[in-house]
Amino acid sequence: MSEDRSTPPPEGSTPPTEPQTDAAGQLPALERSVMGSVGVALMGAGLRSARPIRKLVLGSVGAGLAAMAATGRNPLATALKIRQTPQGEVLVSDAVTIGKPADDLYRVWRDLASLPRLMTHLKAVEVLDGRRSRWTVEAPTGTVSWEAEITADEPGRRIAWAALPGAAVENHGEVLFRPAPGDRGTEVVVRLAYHPPGGSAGAIAARLFGEEPAQQLRDDLMRFKREQELGFAPTTEGQSSARAGGQA
Amino acid sequence: MKAIVWQGANRVGVETVPDPTLLLPTDAIIRVTSTAICGSDLHLLDGVIPSMEKGDILGHEFMGEVVEVGRDVRRLKVGDRVVVPFNISCGVCDPCRRGLFSACDNSNPNHRMAEALYGGVSGGGLFGYSHMYGGYAGGQAQYVRVPFADVGPHRIESDLRDEQVLFLTDIFPTGYQAAENCGIVPGRDVVAVFGAGPVGQFAARSAQMLGAAHVIVIDRVPERLAMAEAAGCQVINYEQEDVLVALRESTGGRGPDHVIDAVGMEAHGHGPGALVDTARQRLKLSFDRITALRWALLSCAKGGTVSLPGVYGGLIDKVPMGAAFAKGLTFRMGQTHTHRHVAPLLSRIEAGEIDPSFVITHRASLDDAPDLYRTFRDKQGGCIKVVLNPWA
Repeated sequence: MSEDRSTPPPEGSTPPTEPQTDAAGQLPALERSVMGSVGVALMGAGLRSARPIRKLVLGSVGAGLAAMAATGRNPLATALKIRQTPQGEVLVSDAVTIGKPADDLYRVWRDLASLPRLMTHLKAVEVLDGRRSRWTVEAPTGTVSWEAEITADEPGRRIAWAALPGAAVENHGEVLFRPAPGDRGTEVVVRLAYHPPGGSAGAIAARLFGEEPAQQLRDDLMRFKREQELGFAPTTEGQSSARAGGQA
Repeated sequence: MKAIVWQGANRVGVETVPDPTLLLPTDAIIRVTSTAICGSDLHLLDGVIPSMEKGDILGHEFMGEVVEVGRDVRRLKVGDRVVVPFNISCGVCDPCRRGLFSACDNSNPNHRMAEALYGGVSGGGLFGYSHMYGGYAGGQAQYVRVPFADVGPHRIESDLRDEQVLFLTDIFPTGYQAAENCGIVPGRDVVAVFGAGPVGQFAARSAQMLGAAHVIVIDRVPERLAMAEAAGCQVINYEQEDVLVALRESTGGRGPDHVIDAVGMEAHGHGPGALVDTARQRLKLSFDRITALRWALLSCAKGGTVSLPGVYGGLIDKVPMGAAFAKGLTFRMGQTHTHRHVAPLLSRIEAGEIDPSFVITHRASLDDAPDLYRTFRDKQGGCIKVVLNPWA
């Protein structure tokens, strides 16, 4: 996983995935072969077509797909900065600095059952035993749930977890807590890796509809920071305006 | 209540809207006694600031009387007479604790919009200034909701008139911070101010207060230049003189030690560069027209400071970066950290060092405001600063 910071993470923290070779929308093998076949078929249909407009459209779409398959890159995923491993896992990470001690923030995260309060797309986390828990999320297609286990627990520094085999959405991740330089509190770094339902096309659709984990993670981290620093979330909901109903 | 409402590009109107209510325990409601139209409101009128929505209540320069406080408000009491900084700041995040109030981490509910445009981070919220800046209802209205009421509002205990203290909410601190950012060496440094609008006027007078040896103000509107001249500034009308030649001559070939661009993203200017900027802005290819910024970079002395209180919104090109680099310029810019300037500048007003009401040319009711937005934008009738009485 790419580490954009000059400050090295504390010892003992390892990224949730193998350091990936490419962070710029590398397509998985299966997707490439499907895309390549469809592309070639479209090009063929285009060439056979009598109507020039169809020849042009089918030909160029087909050529585009074939080129994507040949180079192994999905230009849309690259443009949207969706990071993927060669195995087709989507990588998501973000960070926020919060003016509180690492121990306090760690304790909030370690209380898994209360996480849905911070992360609005999380519907419930049910703690099964010391290591295992059941996670339920709201997805565009309905609720999805899986079992996960904690794979590392370093009080005040790091929590890592992974979905157990057979999960609907294969995923793993970690959260790091490290002191910020000066008196700024704690840097909270979250790294997630998951297999998007629908491959890179699914990840792109989710990004475009604003349901994608990178966006959810950003919102969740800001909500966490504000909950910790202010004790509430700023809002304009219910304020006066000249719109229908008079409210914003 | 009555409020000034954004109805789309080039359309503001007076509408009756619901009275504001407390939304959080840290809120207060202010009965507005005076409010003003800011030059930056004209960017909203012109539709060049993204993320405005029809029905938004405008206004970020206002003062009044506290009529209601939330249960967690400690410092402010019902009946207090207050000026309210245009920035909304939480007061507890790291930027706020360092005095960088406009960079507040926590006050913008729509942080994601600003993050998408501005490098992954969001500044604080502003009153009445687009949803990207929080979508907070503004104060060109009879009442306004003030979030973080213990952090922003500043009590006025002396008997100074509204007109003398109203501009502590924005344009006086904004002009002052622009001058302070220059790091003026008293008795030695020459400061040039592009734009003789309200912020430019306060920047010029603040530069004088901070000891500038000489202040030069550049504009094209005669009454604005006259106002600067009355304060003892040298003035240059860029439509009558070549501004770069005039600045060079006025400074013995060195250029001004510091240049303040109090114009921002909708510079008029002239010449091919200005024409290209206008076309690009109209076509939404670019947010900003940057004649003033170009002149600032080209005219500034070696080792000098270019200070930008004027608002910029997006991407710009054809910036003479080579000149800036060759001369070793320092850039200072950004939204004003209003909160930290209110008390010291109020002291200067109380001591009689400055009476900010000099800048007012028009006084009116809310009903007159839509016309006055246009008057102000078109710089008609000698209009420099409009103050509104919401109860007139």
